[in-house]
Amino acid sequence: MDKILVLGQTALELGLVNALVVLALFVSYSMLNVCDLSTDGCFTLGSAVGAMVAIAGYPWLSLPAAMLAGVLSGFITATLQTRMGVQSLLAGIVVNTGLYSVNMALTGNKPTLSLNKTPTVFLFAKNLMNGSALQGQQALLVLFIVIVLVIVLLRLFLRTKLGLAIRATGSNADMVRSSSINPTFTTTVGLCVSNMLTALSGCLTAQMQKSYDINKGSGMLTVALASLLIGGVIFGKDKPMSLRLVGTVIGAFLFRLVYTLALRLNMPAFMLKAVSSLIVIAALSGSYFKDQLPFIMKRLGWHGKEGASNAEAR
Amino acid sequence: MLKLVDISKTFYPGTPNERLALDSLTLHIHPGDFVSIIGANGAGKSTLFNAICGSFYLDKGQVFLDGQDITMTPEHQRARVIGRLFQDPMRGTAPDMSIEENLALAAGLGGWLSHVTGADRKAFRERLALLDMGLEDRMTQPVGLLSGGQRQALTLLMATYQTPKLLLLDEHTAALDPGTAEKVLNLTREIIETHHLTCLMITHNMQSALDLGNRTLMMDRGRVIYDVTGEERAQLTVHDLTEKFRERSGRELNNDRMLLGQ
Repeated sequence: MDKILVLGQTALELGLVNALVVLALFVSYSMLNVCDLSTDGCFTLGSAVGAMVAIAGYPWLSLPAAMLAGVLSGFITATLQTRMGVQSLLAGIVVNTGLYSVNMALTGNKPTLSLNKTPTVFLFAKNLMNGSALQGQQALLVLFIVIVLVIVLLRLFLRTKLGLAIRATGSNADMVRSSSINPTFTTTVGLCVSNMLTALSGCLTAQMQKSYDINKGSGMLTVALASLLIGGVIFGKDKPMSLRLVGTVIGAFLFRLVYTLALRLNMPAFMLKAVSSLIVIAALSGSYFKDQLPFIMKRLGWHGKEGASNAEAR
Repeated sequence: MLKLVDISKTFYPGTPNERLALDSLTLHIHPGDFVSIIGANGAGKSTLFNAICGSFYLDKGQVFLDGQDITMTPEHQRARVIGRLFQDPMRGTAPDMSIEENLALAAGLGGWLSHVTGADRKAFRERLALLDMGLEDRMTQPVGLLSGGQRQALTLLMATYQTPKLLLLDEHTAALDPGTAEKVLNLTREIIETHHLTCLMITHNMQSALDLGNRTLMMDRGRVIYDVTGEERAQLTVHDLTEKFRERSGRELNNDRMLLGQ
């Protein structure tokens, strides 16, 4: 019983911290209709900035610092694709590659950092809760507060005129232009917000796991996309925005839960990325094949009379 | 009102596909004019609209709106005073967003961080009710669920929500079934009359080009080849128009859609 609880808790912690990246993709992928391939690098950027600022002795400052770094990264990706003629996907890849060097430079050419003896926001919360009923649950508490705050703020933001304009840009950029709004501006703001959340997630992950690694973000985009698509199955497009936001968090948790369970069943840890790839493939191609199914059936001659007459003709 | 001075645009210059789309065109539209524009495919009708809206920059010439030189003004800034409808009813609205959200963006109320208020909602309802399509009771539904005619009517409402100085209609009823097309056309006429809009309308239907508005332009190869108003226009028949085309362009009118649409 204890073991199951521990499993659930690990999944919840990882799910919550990943949920920030999933929310970031909700803004860029679901709202803005841009697949931001700089997500991996931006996550690591947030980790690096968060770790360095925390090591310098400012655990609280590390959060806004990482978020600012994310905004900058998003601004560059957006500028490349809206003002400099670089294709959207390529802009993300180029920034992602460039960020590797930036991250190495930030950490003074060290591929890993240990935060074991560093005061973090989690350590602060731990000391605060010493002796209370919630003792030892500092990670969950901190993450929970952050997620609730982010969801509430994001919900309010998406209801503003700017938020609506960002959503419309992903739905029909022509319409945005004819509403006298510049889609370049909305794309830029959307990517800045999205990357800010990704970097915040990176920062919190590094502090929670008390370590930084240059490869921390590798594969993060696919993992988050898988979570986002799972969340979309639970609360789809027809649901109110608040529910869809909560759905992304549930998606992130479910993904981590399944993964943690699979680990218990002796699946090797390196399978994480293959599993997330498979989920993304299944979710995206699933809707495609659903549309194609009638034609496939027809072709194979499985469909009533037409199939029979085809067979005769042959 | 709208003044186009000697405007030219060539697409794909220096390639085998080079095409002169607007050829030193000069045009003056008066306030309150309702102008219908006809012409064969590729005559430059939509290109003319793109030039007015600023979808591209001109090779030569200037565009003035209300005395202001807007030749170098970006498209989204011109959209503040120019409303435009396309043939494709999908093009003017965001399908994933609700009617209310679409209207909120088109209305352009408030600052970046403003929300839709109860008063806004009430105003939206009243304006939607004027369309007489029951849309006022479906404000929270995504626009993607509406029919083509409903979407085009909504687009019309959005384009004229804040009275534009100029309304451009690019065959905006051509993709609709005849009944719906007529309804949208009547709505268009009502809105133009209520707000005293200055309007340019491209149509392939020569009869409605003569029936609607007070002035008709015929275009060919990037130029206006016939510009008619007043008494002369009142006497014109569709047959006269095809004759005029032959006379002025030196070719037969070969647009099946225009000939069959009579």
